[in-house]
Amino acid sequence: MIDFVHVVGMVFIGGGVAFDLFGCLGLVRLPDVYNRLQAATKCVTLGTCSVLLGTCLIVGPSGGGWRALLCILFVVLTAPVSAHAIARGAHRAGIRLWEGSVSDAYSEDRDALNAKQQARNDNAPATPQTETRT
Amino acid sequence: MSKLILFVFAWLVWCLLTWPPSLPVLLAGAGVAALVAYLTGDLFVKRPHLLRNPVRYWYFCFIFLPVFVWQCLRANVDVAWRVLNPRLPIRPGIVRVHTELKSDVGLTFLANAITLTPGTMTVDIDRGAGVLYIHCIYVKETEIEAASREISGRFEYILREIFE
Repeated sequence: MIDFVHVVGMVFIGGGVAFDLFGCLGLVRLPDVYNRLQAATKCVTLGTCSVLLGTCLIVGPSGGGWRALLCILFVVLTAPVSAHAIARGAHRAGIRLWEGSVSDAYSEDRDALNAKQQARNDNAPATPQTETRT
Repeated sequence: MSKLILFVFAWLVWCLLTWPPSLPVLLAGAGVAALVAYLTGDLFVKRPHLLRNPVRYWYFCFIFLPVFVWQCLRANVDVAWRVLNPRLPIRPGIVRVHTELKSDVGLTFLANAITLTPGTMTVDIDRGAGVLYIHCIYVKETEIEAASREISGRFEYILREIFE
């Protein structure tokens, strides 16, 4: 029975390493920042989670196993957020989409979004800066 | 109430990180968890009454998670296939997607779920208008209604039951 769990864990680890490899291939082959992020977030997240799950199965319910499960939770919660931040930052820094891209709704709406943001900042209550100055 | 929930959660994470448990470690964890809960309790759990509803847990565990894991696997096979294909069949672009969700947690989960599923990645959210800007690796629909059905429709009806 322990052997069976061990084999399943090994299968998870092998599959995870394969998906990590595909993700890295995507980083090299795909044309621009945004497409590369797609490969980095999806393949590498699943690959890493799969490796951690395999580790958890092999180690069992001891210190390392619980830590591996917690790491899965953290990776799943943080990887998309960081990808989202990088993509938004890249777009705002003026990096164009690849020339083969078919549409860019975000740059069409950027001016309106910026105006909205500006209005929100203007309406925000006075900052403590004024207090320190007086 | 919300501080108590965060305290229990933080202590649980501490216990799992420092397994196996012993008395001094557990006491230190309780101290740290209490500090964290005291300082940031109001930031994380804004509507504690929602946590009392068991139907929401049921939806999260048995409907959202299986759908999410299945879509995630499909996403990975799809992206891996595109990366390995010698002709590199991509047709990227950013499209608008409409969403009905309003709460912070609901929007966060929707955006994260979209980022982790087939060829789509959230770039920005316009909360006032309820519009998500999604980068797709293979754009099928550029028109907003069709794109919404295609991309956010898979999760939105489930997340509405859980977080709204």
